[in-house]
This record gives sequence, C-alpha cells and structure tokens, in this order.
Amino acid sequence: MCRAHSTDFEVHRNWLAITHSLPISEWYQEATSEWTLDYPPLFAWFEFILSYFAKYFDAEMLQVKNLNYASSGTILFQRLSVIVTDFVFAYGTRELCSYLSSSGIRKSSKWGSRWGSPAAILQILLLGNAGLLLVDHIHFQYNGFLLGLLLISVARVLQGKCLMASFWFAVLLNLKHIFIYVAPAYFVYLLRSYCFLGAQSSSLVQWRSFSPARFAKLGLVVAYVFLVSFGPFIVLNQLPQVFSRLFPFKRGLCHAYWAPNIWALYNIADKMAIIAGRQLGITSNVSAAVMTGGLVQEYNHVFLPEITPRTTFLCTLLSVLPALVKLWCCPGNPYHFVRCIVLCACGSFMFGWHVHEKAILLIIIPLSFMAVIWKKEAQMYVFLATVGHYSLFPLLFTAFELPIKVLLLVLHSSYAFFNLASLFDMKKCSLCLPLLSGLESVYILGLVPLFVFENVILPLLGLNTRLPFLPLMLTSVYCAVGVLYFWLKYYWHFLTTSEVNHKRKAH
Amino acid sequence: MPFLLILVAVLLRWCVSLHPYSGQNSPPMFGDYEAQRHWMEITRILPLQDWYYNTSENDLMYWGLDYPPLTAYHSLLCGYVADFLNPEFVALGASRGYESYEHKLFMRVTVLIADLFIYIPAVWWYFCKKQSDHQNVSRNLRDGNTYSVHSVKEDKALTSHISMYLTLIYPGLILIDHGHFQYNGISLGLTIAAVAAIMQGRDLIASVLFCFSVNYKQMRKCLPKQNPFVMTGLIKLLSLASVVIVTFFVIWFPFLKNVDLVVQVLHRLFPLARGVFEDKVSNVWCCLNVICKFRNTFTNLQMANVCLLVTLLAVLPSSIDILLRPRSHKFLLSVINSSLAFFLFSFQVHEKSILLVAVPVALYLPIEPLPCFWFLYISTFSMLPLLLKDGLLISYIALTVFYSVSIMLTLNLGLRDLLRYSVKCTPQDAKTKQSKFKKQEKISAETQSFVSKKPLLVIFLLSLAGCWMLTICIATVGPPSQYPDLFPLLISVYSCVHFLGFFIYFNYRQI
Repeated sequence: MCRAHSTDFEVHRNWLAITHSLPISEWYQEATSEWTLDYPPLFAWFEFILSYFAKYFDAEMLQVKNLNYASSGTILFQRLSVIVTDFVFAYGTRELCSYLSSSGIRKSSKWGSRWGSPAAILQILLLGNAGLLLVDHIHFQYNGFLLGLLLISVARVLQGKCLMASFWFAVLLNLKHIFIYVAPAYFVYLLRSYCFLGAQSSSLVQWRSFSPARFAKLGLVVAYVFLVSFGPFIVLNQLPQVFSRLFPFKRGLCHAYWAPNIWALYNIADKMAIIAGRQLGITSNVSAAVMTGGLVQEYNHVFLPEITPRTTFLCTLLSVLPALVKLWCCPGNPYHFVRCIVLCACGSFMFGWHVHEKAILLIIIPLSFMAVIWKKEAQMYVFLATVGHYSLFPLLFTAFELPIKVLLLVLHSSYAFFNLASLFDMKKCSLCLPLLSGLESVYILGLVPLFVFENVILPLLGLNTRLPFLPLMLTSVYCAVGVLYFWLKYYWHFLTTSEVNHKRKAH
Repeated sequence: MPFLLILVAVLLRWCVSLHPYSGQNSPPMFGDYEAQRHWMEITRILPLQDWYYNTSENDLMYWGLDYPPLTAYHSLLCGYVADFLNPEFVALGASRGYESYEHKLFMRVTVLIADLFIYIPAVWWYFCKKQSDHQNVSRNLRDGNTYSVHSVKEDKALTSHISMYLTLIYPGLILIDHGHFQYNGISLGLTIAAVAAIMQGRDLIASVLFCFSVNYKQMRKCLPKQNPFVMTGLIKLLSLASVVIVTFFVIWFPFLKNVDLVVQVLHRLFPLARGVFEDKVSNVWCCLNVICKFRNTFTNLQMANVCLLVTLLAVLPSSIDILLRPRSHKFLLSVINSSLAFFLFSFQVHEKSILLVAVPVALYLPIEPLPCFWFLYISTFSMLPLLLKDGLLISYIALTVFYSVSIMLTLNLGLRDLLRYSVKCTPQDAKTKQSKFKKQEKISAETQSFVSKKPLLVIFLLSLAGCWMLTICIATVGPPSQYPDLFPLLISVYSCVHFLGFFIYFNYRQI
C-alpha cells in the first residue's frame, strides 16, 4: 500500500518537522507551510515521539523548510507508523470482542462457533473495515489509532469501569477534537449512571443519590488530562492562539468535495432553484461558473439563505438533544450509550460546519458493535456501511486505486451482508438483498449504475475535464440521501426502543 | 463464500501491482517488464519468420524471444491491444525503454487478466472438483489395478475452499507475476489444470493441457514424463501420443514451413552458452561452486552433460516408483519430486523455477499442511535477493506475514501453541490445559503428528527464525566490501540445504 500519497501525508510530515525541530512555544505559531498544526496538543506530543523514530529513516523529513518532501524513507516511515498505531485499534477490537464473548447477552448456538460467532464477525468487520483501510492506509491518516482509543473507552463503559473510560476519552479528545461531537453522550451517561448511585431501576432521578465523590473523581481525571495537554500553553500564554488554530472557521460550509450531509442537499436544492429560476426567467445575471465550476472551496448560495457557523452549531445541538434526553432517562444501559454515540456522531455529521466525509467512519465503527448483537441494528449497519464506504471513493481518484477501492467495498459489504444475515437466520427474500427491504436494496444497487456512470460513461463522453465537479456532486448527493434516511430511521429506532433491564451495572 | 476468498486473492495481486516492476527506471537493459513489452513490439510489428531470427530490426541481444511459440502468440494478442490503446507502447525501435503510468497500468492489467482467466479457474477446478470426486470413489475404479482411487487421508480442517484460498495467496507466485513481472500464471495454471485432469482420469485432456503448458514455457519440460506412464494399455498410449503430436503440430504450425526456422527456435529455447547458472540460485551447482569453481574448471558442454546425468539419476527413484505402482495420490508427489530434482541438479536454472516446485507443493498442502507451508515459505524466501533488486521488500514481508497468519488461523495453531509444544509438553497435555480457558477446536490429526515430534518442530521454528534474521540483515545491514554477494549467497545456500532436505522427505513419502 506504499505507492501513492495525498496532502494529508505532507500535513503529517510537516507536523513531524515542527514538533521535532522547533521549541514548544513555536508549535502553534509556525506558519511556513499552509498545513499548520490544527490538532490538540496531545497529538503534537504524539508526533514528537514519532519524530524520534523518524530520524532513523530519513532525517531530511524533519526540516520544516522541506515542503512536500517525500523520499521513499519518509513514505516508508509514515506508512509504518500508521500500521504500528493500528495495533491500538486491534486492541480496542479485542476488548470489545472479549466483552461480547463473556457478556451473555444472547443465547444462541452461533455464539460458540469459531468463525460464525458475533465476536469473530465483529473482528473481521472492524479490522477489515474498508473505509478505514482506504482512509488510513491509502489516503493516509491516523484514524485507526484514534478510533481504537474510542473503542477502548466504549469497552470500559460496557465493562462498568467508568473512570478508565473517561480517562481514555479525555485523552482521545486531546488527540483530535472532532470527538467533541460525541462528548455530550459521555457527559450525560457518566453523570446519570455513575454519579447518581441509586439510578438503576427507574427513570426518575433520585437527586439525593448524587455522589459528589464520584463526580469529583471524574472531574479530576478529565481535568488532569487536559492540564497535561494544555498546561504548557497556558503557562506560555498561548491559549487563544492554540484555539484559533484548532477551530478555524474560515473554510466554508462544505469541503471541496461535499460531505454527504444535509448541506449537500441544501446546496443541490439551491442549484436546482437556480436552474428553475433561469428557465422561468427570474434570474439572468447568475454566472455560469456557479453551475459548471470546478472544485470550489466556498459555495455561495443564491436563492436559499446563507448558512453561518452559528446556524450549524444550533442545528447540531437541536439534532442531538432528543437522543441525550432519552439517554438521561435510561440510566445504567450501556447499549443506549453506544446508540447515543452513533446518533451524536451522525447528528454532527449531518449538520456540522465544514465536515469531512471521513467522519462517516465515526458513525460506522461504533455501529458495528451493535450490529452483531441486534438484528435491526444489523440491517441499518449494512445499509450505512455500504453507502458510507462508497461516499469515500472520491478520496482516491487515480486509476491504480480504482480496483482496490471497488474490491475493498465489495469484499466488506458482501461479508457483512452474508455473515450478518446468517447470524440472525434471516430467510433470503428472492428479490432483495439480505437484511434489507426492497426500497433499500434498490438504493444500494443503484450505486452500481452511479459508479459506472462516473467512471466509464463520463470519461468516454469527455465530460470529466469540462465538468470535473459533476461526479463528486452526484456521489455526494446520492449518498447524502442514504445517510439522511439512515439517521432518521436509527433515531426512530433509538427513541422507540424499550428500556430493557440489563445485568451490567455502571459503577 | 469462495467468491469472497477469490476476491481477497485478486485484491492482494492488485495491491502488489502498485509496486515497482523489474528493471523500473534502469536503462539501458531494464528488466523482465521491458522484455515482455519488447516481445509485444516485435510480434506485433514483425512477420512471424523474423521473430526468432537476428535481423536488422530484431536484435536478439536486446531481450530476444526465448520462449516457445505460445508465449509469442500471447505477446501478439497483447501487442494488438497495446497498439489499439496507444501505438507508442509498441512502436518498433522507438518504444524501447518506454515507461509511463498508463503503460504500467496496461501491463499489470494483462497479468491480472491472465490470472483471472487461467490460473484461478485452474486452481478452482483442481480443488472443488477434487473434493466431489473423492466422494464418488466407486465410479473411478478402472480395469485391473492400473488406476484406482486410493482414499487419501485429507485434513478435515482444510475444506476445498480454504485449500484453494491458501493456494491462491501463495506469496511467491504473486510477487513474481504481479511484482517482478512475468506471466507464470499461464503456464502454471495450465499445469494445474493438467494435474486436475489426471486426478479425474481425463488423461487426454491432461495431455493437451500439459502440451500447452510446455509450449508456453519450456521450463515445464522438467515435469513428469509420468504423464504417459500412469496409463498402460497400448490403445491408451497410442491415443495419448497422437494427441500430443497433434497439439504440438497445431501450436507450431506457422513455424513448420521452414526447417531452419524450427532449428533456430529450438536453439533460442535451449541456450547452452549461458553457463550452468546465472546469479545466485538455490541449486546444488551454485552452492557447490563456492567450494570448487565449476564454471572455471569445466566447459559448458561438459557441465551440461554432467547436469543431465545427475538430474536423471535424481529423478529415477520417483519415476520408477510411479511407473511400477501408479496411484493417483502419488502422482502429485511424483510431480513434486521430479520438478525438485530438476531444480536442484539441472543446467541453467533460474531462481524463479522454484515456482514449478512450489505450485504442486501448494496443491499438496491439504494433505500435509505444515511441511508444505515450511517449503513454500522457504521457496519465497529463496527469491528474496531478486525481489530486493526490484524494490519489493515491503510487499514480500506483507504477503509472507499474511500467508503465515492465514495458515495459522486455518490450522487452529497459534504461535504460542507452537512454542509451547516445542518447549514444554506434548500436544495432549497442552490441549487439556487450554480447554480449561476457552473452547478451542482441536488441531487436526495430521498437524498433530507433526507438532508432536519435538525435534522436528524445533528445527521448523529455528529455520523460520533464521529466515527472518537473514531478511532483517539483508534489508538493513550492508554486506562487507570484500564479499559484496554475501547475503544472496547465504540465502541461496540456506535455501538449498532446505530444498535438499525436502527432496529426501518427499521422495520418502512417495516410496
């Protein structure tokens, strides 16, 4: 997997250089490269540790001024670092699987078999997750490492070790602040199930059972992690600078490739309105570039109102509120906690500002765990996994990578379909895909003509040079419909799930 | 499910395709990749009579065609496609050393298509039909005892699909075909198909397939002449002979117009002038050359005769055995034995020829998993110097690790188990201890008989450890200046010792 590399590769090389060559006070001030350090301090420390190993591969990559330096030693080192840190992901998977094997949630003959048990299926679904392989090892990021920490933290919650869970989550938050999207779920769950002692049986809050000691313990753990991470910068008085780097709001509502969320649909509605307006003669002075432009960084809406960061924040908050309320009302149920994580991640994916399409992994990975236990979640998982992984295709656009991404998607989805269907003993309907309804099957199969259109027909017609943005837009919009459908369906499922008493108690 | 396993194998192949090929960016001669491109060029542009001759347009010193006609026809077909896509790929003379992104894509796709259409179906046919045939024992009894299906003890843990998968992910072939760049998949696939046909008693089809294979790559000639020996009965022999003759006639037809042409082709196919070995090969002559310098002492013709004699002697035991006691399950062993004999003792052997031995061993794997895995691992390791030259170290490590892990998973063996068996206790004790902690499926009887012989297991683990150490050395540490070829030589000698051991073992198993 060592051949191609992307801008993210240069980003991380630059961060290795910055953390290695410059003193701490310069880390968030340095601006030689356009890829400034925009992850929290713990990630900077992580890169700092890596840079000590990088010396042995190629010391030249650690020079800040060596922009776009990509020797074979550099590539080898970076790829190896992703592979090595993926062991964290493997460990997280192992924790979840060991929990699954020993939890005794369901009794079925399948749970004992070697290759057909939920634990085995979960292992393959996670370790062979097509999206993660595509993004981490080909496109280059450290998502495996980070998602591994998330899995460890979730496993600790399931096992009832809430302090450790909060520790790992605090570390995760200080590694990549995108996880702040799922922080409300943690907050609500830990507060309700850990700090309120007598909260197991009913949904009514027994205010008197609040344990300040536990609350303090949680607070201390989290505060400690944050202090270690931000401490040096508080001392150096650089906190505002750090925050401005972490939360740059200048980049525009959508990424160059629209993530398949609500705003993609919003954009396309705007474009439709323009076309309609032009036909009806209402607008005449709209530039043609709006329709056929290339990779626009900022899309200016013509008909529909502009969206500001504040609007997106509000929408996100509103979208996750019902889920949080439900979580508050169901104490001691770690499975609801996982569902809430999925919904928080999904809500912020749908409504967030400048969302990257890679954030879909944040939804798919936790959902995999639920998919091997309950049938309904499995149905939604196979749907989302296929659509989500397909939406990652535009990240890899060279000819050599085309068969790889197609093969990975087909392998992962086929495996998920067949094994989950056999796990839940679903009878195969002759017309539909396993586990899916008719409409969903049509939608998923519709990905095939979409793919053919984008990769075969468009180049043949020569339109891929004149309208380079068209295939990206089509993928984005088609997948956005699917993700929206999933979100609504899963929300409904979560809100209507009965509160089942589980044996696991949260301490 | 088998479909998914095949897809994984295809994915592995394509991932290796992304890596450098032989002779990338290295003028003036480049490597095997350029050789194949050049053959497409000359077969497409020049008339058939000129393909094997040294003419003003066809310089035989620059990658002259030295494979039989079927390769030439295949190159012609690819040449037509290349010409259609971009005439610059095969422009006579001007395209020498042509390298581009699209061209690499095109060439890699041709290898993949060859695999998809020939190698993978052949492996599928071998394993999946074989399984169903073993269930119909009674149908295959023929007259006398010339051909009876002996019920082979098959490892129950390895189903036909898993065996097929393990054969398809054998690293050596993937690295050579899709990395270094060759078309071994075609000739090896045809051979596997021939073996499969023999296992099912379809000897005529087997002969045809085998003839195709020989005519693709003349290395195949070293495969058993057991082919006709398995059958007795004059009619069968005559029909086989006629089939072989007809097939050869069909393939060589365009060349038969001129006797000189035929002679020239044969001359190109069997070059005696190149010496008893090239580079460092893991065969006996190269390793003995360290002690007594053959190349300097004897002439090429003398060496050729010596090699022929020794090879025939080495092949004799297993050939006599299969002639006198033909059994279908021994056929595969005899294939392995004769190809290994040829590899070890023959003249002008390339290290890639180990693939001819490795593929039958991979087919034999379901019957004796661990010895075969050991052999296959060493065979890939023996090609490491070649792979390093092409920049394929990473794919080598990745594929061998993946392969080892797959084997371990399918055999239910963990590294901890192996270490435990070799150090402390017998498998029975270990199993009872394990069952207290988790429900684990039993390892099969065949595997158990291997791991219960402690010395053998220790040697196995040490041998693998030796491979890893040599790999690390050759990758990181440079050789000392007075012995620049130290590491390739060490690897060759190490592998050769192993191969000799396996030769003895496989002969022992057959007889």
